[in-house]
This record gives sequence, C-alpha cells and structure tokens, in this order.
Amino acid sequence: MQDVVDPKPPLLDVRGLSKSFGALRALDQVDFTLRAGQIHALVGENGAGKSTLIKVITGVLARDAGIIRLQGEEVAPRSAREAVAIGLATVYQEVNLLPNLSVAQNLYLGREPTRFGMVRDRDMKRRAAALLAGYDLHVDVSAPLGSYSVAIQHVAAIARAVDLSARVLILDEPTASLDRHEVDMLFATMRGLSARGIGIIFVTHFLDQVYEVCDRITVLRNGRLIGERPTAALPRMELIQMMLGRELSETTSARVARDRTPGAPCASFANFGKAGYVAPFDLEIRKGEVTGLAGLLGSGRTETARLVFGAERADSGTVAADGKPIRLHSPKDAVRHGFGYCPEERKTDGIIAELTVRENIVLALQAKLGIIRPLSRREQDEIAGRFIRLLDIRPPDPERPIGLLSGGNQQKALLARWLATEPQLLVLDEPTRGIDVGAHAEIIRLIRELCDRGLALLVISSELDEIVAYSDRVVVLRDRAHVGTLEDGAISVPSILAAIAADHGAAAAVEV
Amino acid sequence: MPLRLPRRGLAQILALLAILAIDRLVSPQFFDLRLQDGRLFGSLVDVFNRGAPVALLSLGMVLVIATRGIDLSVGAVMAISGAIAASLADAHAWPVAVAAALAAGLACGLWNGFLVAVLGIQPIVATLILMVAGRGIAQLITEGRIVTFTSPDLIWFGTGSVFGVPAPIAIVAAMLIVTGFVVRGSSLGLLIEATGGNARASELSGVGIRAMIIAVYVWCSLCAALAGIIAAADIMGADANNAGLWLELDAILAVVIGGTSLFGGRFSLVLAVCGALIIQAMNTGILLSGYPPEFNLVVKAAVVMVVLLLQSPRVSGLGLAFRKART
Repeated sequence: MQDVVDPKPPLLDVRGLSKSFGALRALDQVDFTLRAGQIHALVGENGAGKSTLIKVITGVLARDAGIIRLQGEEVAPRSAREAVAIGLATVYQEVNLLPNLSVAQNLYLGREPTRFGMVRDRDMKRRAAALLAGYDLHVDVSAPLGSYSVAIQHVAAIARAVDLSARVLILDEPTASLDRHEVDMLFATMRGLSARGIGIIFVTHFLDQVYEVCDRITVLRNGRLIGERPTAALPRMELIQMMLGRELSETTSARVARDRTPGAPCASFANFGKAGYVAPFDLEIRKGEVTGLAGLLGSGRTETARLVFGAERADSGTVAADGKPIRLHSPKDAVRHGFGYCPEERKTDGIIAELTVRENIVLALQAKLGIIRPLSRREQDEIAGRFIRLLDIRPPDPERPIGLLSGGNQQKALLARWLATEPQLLVLDEPTRGIDVGAHAEIIRLIRELCDRGLALLVISSELDEIVAYSDRVVVLRDRAHVGTLEDGAISVPSILAAIAADHGAAAAVEV
Repeated sequence: MPLRLPRRGLAQILALLAILAIDRLVSPQFFDLRLQDGRLFGSLVDVFNRGAPVALLSLGMVLVIATRGIDLSVGAVMAISGAIAASLADAHAWPVAVAAALAAGLACGLWNGFLVAVLGIQPIVATLILMVAGRGIAQLITEGRIVTFTSPDLIWFGTGSVFGVPAPIAIVAAMLIVTGFVVRGSSLGLLIEATGGNARASELSGVGIRAMIIAVYVWCSLCAALAGIIAAADIMGADANNAGLWLELDAILAVVIGGTSLFGGRFSLVLAVCGALIIQAMNTGILLSGYPPEFNLVVKAAVVMVVLLLQSPRVSGLGLAFRKART
C-alpha cells in the first residue's frame, strides 16, 4: 500500500527472469517484487507469461536467466517440494489435496503427529480444528475434505500451505469456480494472512476482484513486464490498455460502414444461462449480421458460444430459431436446427487428425443426415473438392490426413465442415488464432462474404481490431456476464474498452 | 497419433502367409484337402474352422475398440448363449434355441452399452462386471452341470457344411459380409472412426455418440452369442466353466494384430478376421509340430509383444530416426 522506500529487502525479489521454450520467449527479463503483507495481483491475457513466471519461481520449470531472492537471500528451488521447504507455497485452481481423506489428514499429510510410530489421531484432529479456527473456519475436521465446498477446500489448502511455514503464498486463479459468498470468504482469509505479514501473489482474470483485494498490480504481456503500479493509482481503463497493449487514441479501425436493413432474427436466446458458468443473457442473432463477442480472457465468451451451441446445457432460459421455440440440449440438437460451431481449440475439439480432409469436411453433414443416409463416395468427393477449391485449402489433396495440414488450412477445413451443412447460424470461436497473416485476412474476408449471403454469425475474437472490422453488433462480456451491447456506428475499439472497463454501476450507461 | 499407413493390411497378410508356410514346413500334409461326406477336411480347413469363434468375436470387438472402448465380457457372453442354446435344444425347435441365445446376447450388449454410454463407466471396468458375472449366470442356467444335447439341427452349427464349406466358416463369412455391409454401407463406419479418433470433436460436430456406442456393444455381444452357439454345437454341450474362456483376450489380440489401435479410430473388419486366423494358424502349427501346447501361450505372448512394439509411437519414432540416420 505504502510507496515509501522500505529499508528492508523485499520478501520476494525477482530480477531479469527469462525463460524460452524453443524459439518462443515465454518470459523476457521480467522483474517482480513482493513485500511482506502485500497482496499483489499478477494479470495478463493468454500467453502473457503468468503461469510460466509462477512455475519458474516455484522451481517447476528451470529458468534460463535471472535471480530470485527471498528476503534478500538468493534461492534456486529445483522442484515444487524444494520451493515449499523454503517458504514458497502455491495453491492452484484445482486443489491438490486428497478429497477422500479427512480434513485433518489432509492438513497433516506426511507430517502427522506420532507417538511410537502411531498416528495420534485425536491430537491431529485437535490441532487441525485449532488451525482452521484461526481462519474463522469451524468445520468437522474428521469429515472427508471432498464433502466440503470448493471454497472450504481452498481455505484448507491455504491453511496447510501457510502452516508449512510459507512466507510467500501464490494463489493461481483460486476464484474461478467460486460463487460470490465463497469469494468473500477467501478474501477474508487472504486479508488475515496479509495482516500476519505473509506476501500473497494473486493470479486472476477477474478485474473486479483485483481492485477489491489487491494492493499492487503487475501486468505482463507477451512474456514482458509491462508495469507495476499501486492499485489505487491505476485506473481500470489504463489497466486494460496495459493488458491488451493499445492506446485509447488508437482508433484506426478499418470498419466498413455498410448500408443494411436489420435482418430477420435467426436465433433468439432469452434469459439463457447456466449457474456458475455464464449469467443469464438475452441475445438475438440476426440473419446477415455478424455479432461479435468481446471481453477479456475468462469473461465468458467461449462459455457463451458453448451454451449457444448446446455443448453445455443451459439451466435457465429459452431458445427460439426462426421464431419457433426449440430444444437445445446437445450439439446434435443444434446441428439439426442449422447451427454450426468452430471451436477455439482446433486440435482437441475440432479436427480428427488421423482422418482425411474429405472425411473431416463431410463429418457434420453426415452426422446431420444420420446413419442410414450415407453420403456416397462420389458425393463426398464432390463436396470435399468444392470446398477445397472455394476456400483454397492447401495442399488440395482430399485424401491427406488433416493432422498434416497447417493451422490455417485446418481452420478452413473446419469452416468447410460447417458450410457443407448449409447452416443458418455459425459460431466462430477465435477463427484467426494461430493462423499466419495471409490466411488471417482471407478468413476475415470469408466471414464478411458469408454474412452477405444471409448467414448469421457469432464471432469471438481477442483481437479488438478484428471485432470492430467485421461486427454489426458487439456484445461485451465481463466476469461471466453480458454487460453491454454496441451497434453499428457505436462500435469502436475505445467504446469496447470502455464497456469492458466500466464498473458494475456504470455498465448500464454503456448500453446503446 | 499414428496416421494411416499406405497399403495397410499388407503386413498382416504377409504374416498370415508366413505362418502358414511355417506350418507347411512342420507338417508336410498341411495344405492337403479331402472331401468326406460332402464336407472339406484338412489342416488348412481346420485353421479356419477352429478360428471361427475368435474371428466372430473379433468382428464385434473391432468396432468396440474403434470407438476407443473394449469388451472383456465376450467370453462370458459365449458361455451364457451356449448354455441357453444347449438347455433349449432338445425340447424346442432350433430357431427357438438360437433366438433365445441371441436375445441373451442382445441383453448383454445393451447392459454393457448402458454402462459405458449412459453411465459413463470406463469400458474396461464396465465390461469386467459382465465378464465375471456372466460366467456365474451361465453356471446358474446349466445348474453347474455340462448340459449335453442331441438335436442335429443345433449340432449343424458346429459340424455341418454349406456346399462343402464347414458351417462355422460359412457363418463367419456371412457375418463378415453383413457387418461390412452395415458398417461401410451406412455412415456408421465413418462416425465410429471419427468418434474413436476424437470423441470431443465428433460430439461437437453433431455426432450422436451415445446411441452409436450402445450399438457397437450390442453388435459385439451378438457376435459373441453366435460364437457361443458354434462352440456349444461343436462339443454338443455347454460347459459353463470353460466355454469361451480367455477368448476375449484372443479377440482383442486379433483386433490389434489387424492394425486397429487400442486408442480407437481407423479400423478394418477384414484385417481383424485376418488377425484371428494368424492366431489360429499359430495354435495349429504348434499342435502339429508336436511341441507341448504350453508353448502356445509363450509364442502368443511373444507375438503380442512384437505387434505392440511395432504400434508404439516411440518405437516407430526410433525406426524413423534410424532411417533418417541412414540416409
């Protein structure tokens, strides 16, 4: 909190840390300073280097260069175990404890109080209860850990870590699966620890939480340190600019003004959502329009896409396609109603690597037609050949296993998979990620072209320029909720940034 | 992920021919054929005839494995279906006995499919249940005895012939054609290969995975039930303790030898049957050579190891590196 020069050496002092994976510089000369009693947020978008930094500090990964000092003393842990021994403890989003053992057993795992080689069960329980009471947590310590909520498991994991003489506690996205009440409980624990002089590094995607609990913020981008500021001196807008790497004045969006009459609704979602996944939202996707989904990483963009496609089953709300209510319980339902979805994770969710380009392209259409109406080999060849020409998939060999194609060509083949079904609505999640510049422009051109032919598109992209360039409407998301909608002329990089940065109270003002 | 080999199947066919050639060396009259009572006899015919139950099992097993599953219960299903067929054979007409045995197979398949596809239990554990319980069920049906029968209609399934071809061989050939027609004549083959290759991506493409997985387990159990009828007919009785014992392992081995990866994806029905014949040709060869049958198990184990080593990505990586180093 205080910016006065502290004569004591900082609790944790990282200087010039670098780490490369092959040609990729995951960390480039990163400095990081944590003082005793500080709660320090570490933020950045995907690939910023947050996880790598933590892994290098805690010895999970070996560093290429740089120094780590703990209370002025140089340390070099070579494993997570060594890091814990010198006082660097990490609690991950997925609690690394044993749900089938009791809370007490988990707290004292590997260091049970013993007498003559026998575990003193009663003594252990008494000490466990006392330890947790220090966190204002009064639970039955002999019950299995797994019977408690994730928040209590987190506090237990933190208690164990701190009890193992932790001086630095690293919390890696602990709040991702917690509800508001549980988050409050976790924050109370964090504040209590900070009062006891423990330094906490808090990794999160939720900016509201950063402002709520943290004293200082360090921003990483593309493996570089962008800046370190006191929370009070860093407005939200500036933080987002630091994370995304752009200036507000940068309004050179290549937005093409288009004459258009609003299209007929293609799919309407009302009060659609899933508890703990995405807050209920209203969304209307119109024919011939591109609806962009913008927001920071973890804001609920992909989650929205999965709900819209039925890949995740909504627990509230209704869907209508062409004005008629429909059931949307599975991707199969979605495909039947003319929806398509190109997922972000091409390799795990998109391509079937060992099958040929032809088989990958006809898959969705074949699934739609069903088992007893097979496409003949001639029809398959015709469809594959047509889309290979249309989308210029290279090499133009339909019989090559798709796993051997480049990322951009795989993406085009996946696009072809859906275009072959003649969809009404196509959801594209990061359609240009990991694609070289040439293919990038081509995919954007395709998006515009498809939309001109009357297709409704829902597109997710981290590239705001891209969203601005092709969207007719932009839905802005923050913290797993839809917080605003921008239309036509109102769409620009600054307006999107402002909507992302707006406080809860101010969110309504952004709505157009 | 191993990608499709060019000219796949060549290795299996060459292996089968090589083993048959070795059999010929061991037993000079190996390829002799004679026609007796309108039915072909000879060592080569014997290989096909003895190999029929495992070939049938492998026809179903290959589909299950292609979806990245496994079915350990096929041996037990054979015992159940054999027990039912044998119990009913003398009191009822043969279609009743056969239909009841196949219906039992259908029920077993639905059970396995339900556990795997609906409850989401890992296939190896899910089918282990029936593997253990099924033999008990078969023993309950036979009341712990070996049930014998004399119905010539049912015995035909083991020792009869169609135009000189032994009935088991004819049944395998028919089932191969039917399965091939069902799987490759519909889009099932593509959807199975897609699901085995990447279940998440297939589901996100709108493939109805659940119904398909139930269907392959049902088909697998039906094949097993048919194999159980043949095995019972062959000995004119049902031995719940020994019918189909360990044959699930031979069937899995046949599928793997046939080039279908246990990780699912691409499969070949013909090569799975070819794998079953390779196993049987080895068995017969060792018997003919006069070595004690115990050798059989050791040789089989050695073959399993070689096949798995050839399929292992690390070993094929080594082979690639070796080839690169030489060029």
